[in-house]
Amino acid sequence: MGKSLYEKVFERHAVALLPSGQHQLFMGLHLLHEVTSPQAFSSLDERGLKVAYPERTFATADHIIPTHTKLRPLQDSLAEEMLGALEANVSKHGIRFFSPSRQEQGIVHVLGPELGLTQPGMTICCGDSHTSTHGAFGSLAFGIGTSQVRDVLATQTLAMGKLKVRRIEVNGALRPGVYAKDVALYLINKLGVKGGVGFVYEYAGDVIERFTMDERMTLCNMSIEGGARAGYINPDETTYEFLKGRRFAPSAENWERAVAYWNSVRSDADAKYDEVVRFDAKDIEPMVTWGITPGQSVGVSGQVPGLDAFPVNERETAEEAYRYMSFEAGQPIAGTPVNVAFIGSCTNGRLSDFEEVARLVQKSGRKVAPNVRALIVPGSQDVRKALIDRGYDKLFTDAGFEFREPGCSMCLAMNPDKLEGRQICASSSNRNFKGRQGSPSGRTLLMSPAMVAAAALAGSVTDARQLFEIQ
Amino acid sequence: MTEDTRRIVIEGTAVPVRGDDIDTDRIVPARYLRTVTFSGLGQHAFEDDRAELTRAGQKHPFDDPAYAGAQVLLANKNFGCGSSREHAPQALMRWGAGISAVIAESFAEIFNANCFSIGIPCVKVDEATGRALMAAVEADPTLTVRINFERSTIDAGTLHFGFEMAAGIRQRFLEGSWDSATELLANRPAIDVAAKNLPYLNGFQA
Repeated sequence: MGKSLYEKVFERHAVALLPSGQHQLFMGLHLLHEVTSPQAFSSLDERGLKVAYPERTFATADHIIPTHTKLRPLQDSLAEEMLGALEANVSKHGIRFFSPSRQEQGIVHVLGPELGLTQPGMTICCGDSHTSTHGAFGSLAFGIGTSQVRDVLATQTLAMGKLKVRRIEVNGALRPGVYAKDVALYLINKLGVKGGVGFVYEYAGDVIERFTMDERMTLCNMSIEGGARAGYINPDETTYEFLKGRRFAPSAENWERAVAYWNSVRSDADAKYDEVVRFDAKDIEPMVTWGITPGQSVGVSGQVPGLDAFPVNERETAEEAYRYMSFEAGQPIAGTPVNVAFIGSCTNGRLSDFEEVARLVQKSGRKVAPNVRALIVPGSQDVRKALIDRGYDKLFTDAGFEFREPGCSMCLAMNPDKLEGRQICASSSNRNFKGRQGSPSGRTLLMSPAMVAAAALAGSVTDARQLFEIQ
Repeated sequence: MTEDTRRIVIEGTAVPVRGDDIDTDRIVPARYLRTVTFSGLGQHAFEDDRAELTRAGQKHPFDDPAYAGAQVLLANKNFGCGSSREHAPQALMRWGAGISAVIAESFAEIFNANCFSIGIPCVKVDEATGRALMAAVEADPTLTVRINFERSTIDAGTLHFGFEMAAGIRQRFLEGSWDSATELLANRPAIDVAAKNLPYLNGFQA
């Protein structure tokens, strides 16, 4: 019986079996940001410990970075204190820092892959749940808490239990106007927000094999929203083509040996899985969330489902969602007015996301609806530069979008980009939790960047396939 | 005197927070993560949920004087989903008298790991047990909930339940040796060996 990538990479990185019954796993790459690291460094200092592998540790700042200005000190003194703490910590411990002051920053899950730091067959961790993004390269990537960040700084290892593996196949071909984000939201809807607890997800099948790396990252990014501890895709030519020539990718002289290693960690054809589930791509529509969990979604042509659509034990959460969103069962999701449109985040803040939106907006010749505030927030400085090189900054601003500096922005309310009051936001981000976008009563509708763009232009939730005549 | 890190019996009153899929943004809103320490987070536990209920003329259990001083948090399914922020259990640990154990029908995994890291046992019980405990505590908020880690039992008045916890994890709580850094540091030589065998750390020669 063969092995899955999960088993192979896990075994490669196993250091010891711990008395707790957990395994000690070596982490090949540790990414840091300003929110979850300061207390970890303090704890390290209190214990008189050093960073064990500074050369395997990289940092950037993303959550608190304002996207409307590059000025220091940051207006928010708390944010400035955090950025200052990160600068002091990386300097003290000899850690490479992609700094906002040098305009090198990006969302950690956009930056790592872009630099070629993220590679197949690695273990990767970061004090951020969306670390699952890096699984797109065939790595095992785990979001961790601050005490674990300290552990990895001190030892480059983590204590972890062994997980089950669920292989999720999406076969056939997606219909035009259906994107990786729709696949992610569809899978979470079908498998549930707690369906992945205890599992790592292996994504496979025709659709995933044809996906670009950007699309694979969007899908793996939201594994955590489905409750899975990590998600990955077996590396292939698409992966290797993406990596070739990137700054931290293996050199030409090591390339063939690197590819041999990467191929060796692919799941075997006869690998044993704890579960296999299959979906047909043609069943997937552009998806929109209507509730307060990423699983509460519906196809754009559908309605907010009634209570009878839920098993008894999910009805309480559904009722809470109706109340919070002020939506009623049976109301069509299309036509819901939006106040804000946000395109960006570690889910959909990559070059191809904005290129697709630029193409659609240009084709439509339309402008952002007068009552809508629309934000374009590149995931990194490199993405921003590439968009400017293509003239898309002008295209976006001419069409009524704000074109911003890179950062996490309106995904999570730790910087000046926030919803106000009961505003409804069409968002390409990953979480529609209560209060997630900065207003305790703000409302989030998750969707693909194309659908966000359609909502921005129409002023309400609209089927992007019709508005942009996608055929 | 050094802190006794052993978790043999945790007993005290409990506070029930109903609902599945309660995420860490709700446990502590992101705006309070703009800090370089964990101190002061306790007062912000469930802040937005509490305010929402207050506006609606209701009361969140964390605002209900009947539950003041509770040490055990009762929750339903997938508690602590979402963001990996350790600030969530750190806030619970600093709320009121300090939450020292959580009993729920299921936990999100990163939340569970974060709790373990700071010595808060996450005790998983079946749905019937979880619901019975919540109902009993709601009926009598003064009820003492006693979690015995030696015997893997929960007692609350006339209610008696068992719970399952991985033997190794339970042992760490009983011994008070849940501090992962100490455990991981002990294997330094093995860590270096593992690193030497990783292809990508060695020019893909390994």
